Amino acid sequence: MRRRSFLRHVSHSLAVPGVLGAMGFRMPGPNSLTSLLRMAADTDRVLVMIFLEGGNDGLNTIIPMDQLSALNKVRPHVIMPENKLLTLSDADVAFHPSFDGLKSLYEENRFQVIQNVGYPQQNYSHFRSTDIWMSASDSNELVNSGWTGRFLSDSYPGYPESFPNVDMTDPLSIEIGYGSSLLFQGPQSSMSMVISDPDFFYDLIENEEREVPDTPAGEKLKYVRLIAKQSQQYGEVVKTAASKVKNQATYPQTYIAQQLKIVSRLIAGGLRTPLYMVRLGGFDTHDAQVEGSDHTKGEHATLLKDLNDGIMAFMKDLEMQGTDDKVIGQTFSEFGRRIVSNASLGTDHGAAAPMFFFGNAVMGGVTGTNPTISSNSKYDDNLEWEFDFRQIYASVLEQWLGAPSTQDFLFGDFETVSIIGEREKTLAAQSPEGRGLLVYPNPLNGRATIQVDTVAEPVAIDLIDISGKHIESIYRGSISKDQQIDWETYQLRPGKYFVTVRGQHTRRVFPVVKVGY
Amino acid sequence: MNNSKDRNYLPKNYQELLAKYRKVPPVLLDTNHPASPRRSALATGLEVYTGEWGDVQKLHLLRRTLFGTRQSDLQALSGLDVSQAVDLLLTKGDVTLPVNNYNDPENGVVDPEIAFGETWVNAAHGDEYEGPRTNSLKGWLIKNMLNQDTTLEEKMLLFWHNLLPIQTWGVFYAKLSYRYFEMLRRNLFGNFKTMIKELTLDPAMLLYLNGTFNNKEAPDENYGRELQELFCIGKGPNANFTEEDVQSAARVLTGWVVRWEEFEESGILPSYFYSPFHETGNKQFSAFYGNRVILGRTGEAGAEELDELLDMIFDNNETALYLCRRLYQFFVYPEIDDAAESQVIAPLADILRTNDYEVKPVLEALFKSAHFHDEANRGAIIKSPSEYILGLWRTLEVEGVNAEDLLLGYTQHNSFLWNMANLGMEIGDPPSVSGWPAYYQMPSYDKYWLTTDTIANRAIASDSLVYWGFWIKEGIQIPADLIKFISGLNHPEDPNQMLRESSRLLLGMELETEMLDNLKSILLSGQQTDSYWSTAWGELMENPEDDEYRMVVENRLKPTFQHLLQLGEAQLM
Repeated sequence: MRRRSFLRHVSHSLAVPGVLGAMGFRMPGPNSLTSLLRMAADTDRVLVMIFLEGGNDGLNTIIPMDQLSALNKVRPHVIMPENKLLTLSDADVAFHPSFDGLKSLYEENRFQVIQNVGYPQQNYSHFRSTDIWMSASDSNELVNSGWTGRFLSDSYPGYPESFPNVDMTDPLSIEIGYGSSLLFQGPQSSMSMVISDPDFFYDLIENEEREVPDTPAGEKLKYVRLIAKQSQQYGEVVKTAASKVKNQATYPQTYIAQQLKIVSRLIAGGLRTPLYMVRLGGFDTHDAQVEGSDHTKGEHATLLKDLNDGIMAFMKDLEMQGTDDKVIGQTFSEFGRRIVSNASLGTDHGAAAPMFFFGNAVMGGVTGTNPTISSNSKYDDNLEWEFDFRQIYASVLEQWLGAPSTQDFLFGDFETVSIIGEREKTLAAQSPEGRGLLVYPNPLNGRATIQVDTVAEPVAIDLIDISGKHIESIYRGSISKDQQIDWETYQLRPGKYFVTVRGQHTRRVFPVVKVGY
Repeated sequence: MNNSKDRNYLPKNYQELLAKYRKVPPVLLDTNHPASPRRSALATGLEVYTGEWGDVQKLHLLRRTLFGTRQSDLQALSGLDVSQAVDLLLTKGDVTLPVNNYNDPENGVVDPEIAFGETWVNAAHGDEYEGPRTNSLKGWLIKNMLNQDTTLEEKMLLFWHNLLPIQTWGVFYAKLSYRYFEMLRRNLFGNFKTMIKELTLDPAMLLYLNGTFNNKEAPDENYGRELQELFCIGKGPNANFTEEDVQSAARVLTGWVVRWEEFEESGILPSYFYSPFHETGNKQFSAFYGNRVILGRTGEAGAEELDELLDMIFDNNETALYLCRRLYQFFVYPEIDDAAESQVIAPLADILRTNDYEVKPVLEALFKSAHFHDEANRGAIIKSPSEYILGLWRTLEVEGVNAEDLLLGYTQHNSFLWNMANLGMEIGDPPSVSGWPAYYQMPSYDKYWLTTDTIANRAIASDSLVYWGFWIKEGIQIPADLIKFISGLNHPEDPNQMLRESSRLLLGMELETEMLDNLKSILLSGQQTDSYWSTAWGELMENPEDDEYRMVVENRLKPTFQHLLQLGEAQLM
């Protein structure tokens, strides 16, 4: 067992997570380096992760049609009737009947299935496999920070001491659910604001107070909560964002839909938080996954319907709010389930399973190939993984979140798959800000071009390093028309840098990397 | 209220030394809090409590008398009834002497007089070394709190220190400050009148409230006033002493001085009566004291006037009432309504007088009473910084740095000191001679402790213990071992019982089922089957050295305890 030693590193200042909606702390900002780095990381794009807790049965969610006869044989207790399956015209898979809305999204190229996602040496414990998925570690490796936590920690140096500040007033990530998850745990502190449940959210934005017992202790408790609420560093911005949105699409009264409703409201209200996580629990369907008399009913069907209806309402709402181009969603679950079903009308802990992406920007389609199911499958046989889950993380980091490199967050180089449509991908690769400044080639290899769009004032173009140190003055003067500046980088030492364009009213940042030879 | 007289014993660079060694400037908290609505009168009085006597009731007693409650404290009460439990709490142990644990050659701190590991309590004035000695004293006080047994001793010391305070940075002579605390400790369950007499003659107090500068040529009323207003009589509705009484008391007290000629020498610095400074005229007191006249005496006999003064003050009914009110506010509930005054305070004051101001019988009666154990008092006080910070550390069974390493121990206890100072409570230096406002300032009282800053800093402290470790110094941060903590509970394997037991030890109120379920859902990472936790726990217990099993359990416990400790209930006791 490997334990990554740097994770034992601890912060030297008393840092704090902005957690629980209750507490957090203030420190004066801003910090100019931090703001520059933040700008570099700011993509204005949002990723919403939906954690399907318990282990989703992939084989009953996305059905490989060419394997139906074997499936009928090895999972008779839970197999879907073929005539109820939602088949696709362009892929040899079918969706579970609960996915009717998602099927229509698929047809519009706004829903993408990635088959057989897992990892080597599958762990079958919920707890451990959840930690593996959230930390992006190897199966035999102990890491106690999350992949998004590490990404955010790198993108927003100085968190939490110098946050919020004028450049990033908003939470770096928001998760709905009790407690802060490992996903957003950075190397030193948690990077998320936790909204414990939808009720808490409405308490916060409507200034309601939870009931306390009518006792002297209750009176004190009420006071403590009042002060705690006032100290919540992000309480006001969340409230302000929420209050800007008066109308939303209709959402079902399910837990998942109500969480997504909050997420959409905060995005529409202008919160620049790039990452959200919501949860849908109950996928641990050891028994009663289906009803004996009708396999299209039962716990799993209900869960998938809740997911389907929640996502559909969310998508409709995004369109209504005009935020549909900047948001994508992604599901994940700690594992899939066994190939062979059990006699309790359920399935036990398994291995690989499909992941889903949705949103206007996604590429769509089915990525990957159908698994091969043997009609002689034994009880402990499992689906092989085709994609390592970290390939998917690398893809979303690179193609959607504009991460200059994903190695640092994933502990390795993982081959990416296409999840973002071509137009979107180009934008992401060009510039995190997406406008006004482009440096190529990147990584730098000697002679580079800095392409700057017109600026209405004299500016300075500089190179700074990751610690904020000024390295080189590249250009001083006006940029009265779009201009290309030649820039030699032969002497530059390998490392991460930022090209900045700064004037009194201008700040543009482009992250660059110089690689060693 | 501090003196303006020349304290020429202070080092010339006193202000610099303060800036160097007093790491956190005094934190004055905003006292603008809403008053609590009057609570309805309780029917209970001083009759012995005979109600239910389970963990919930025991923990109420322990929370109020200790700094945080440990599983071992609860076990210490096992098999004891209320009365026996209180008797146990009113026992005293021994403490070791504070020593030079601050020598730090690397940073240029080497006390020329006291060797590393030797006590400094008899040291001559050490000029700039009074800085680290004072911090050594304060750290030692904190160490004693952390290492307390299941007794009231340390909490009672804090009670007296708050009621009869000095400011150690003002005294800036650690051996004198030590003597003051030693005097409080010697008398803490003893006789109030004896305590006040010793306090009056205590060299640190003679410096702090200028008694030693009070002489017939230049009377200083500071101590004469506080003796009545803050220490004995108080400011109750019937505390009608007059300015004349203040002046007369000050005149009685003239002549009591520290022995300046021995001031800078090693050994115990005595105070003594120097008759040439004594005002020999008669001292007239007001109707509040029955128009008493203390006849002026000359020569050594002048010293006897002090006894007469104390007799007069302790003959007054208000003195017994005042102490009982302060005990009640500190240990039971900060506000005293008419019912509490008549059913608890007045009979307690009777006990105090009947026993010639012996304090122990009063404490026995109070802690055994139905009123103290009244359900309405449970959880109704906001924890002070010491109860919160040291309580977390104790309850979670955090092991500090290696006790053999004295310097590191000094650093650790100073880390607690400054952490608590940031939260508004610097042990050894209350903000004024009145003590900490949370214990006396109506109408906010204990609400005084909480501001948006201090509550966030409290959360940082609990988060740091759960995640990255309580900061001791650069490179040393000590996290709580949550696995070890829950191992000490009765049912760590059962998520429901484990959370119930943990929350009772850490929180001031019983959690509702819904809240416990929320905590459980964190513990189970959203799974709905309790046995997943029991299995994970069982696997770790069978393979205690296995990193993977350990991390699985830790990753469940951390967010659970983070949430638990950020509940408002965690601020209450």
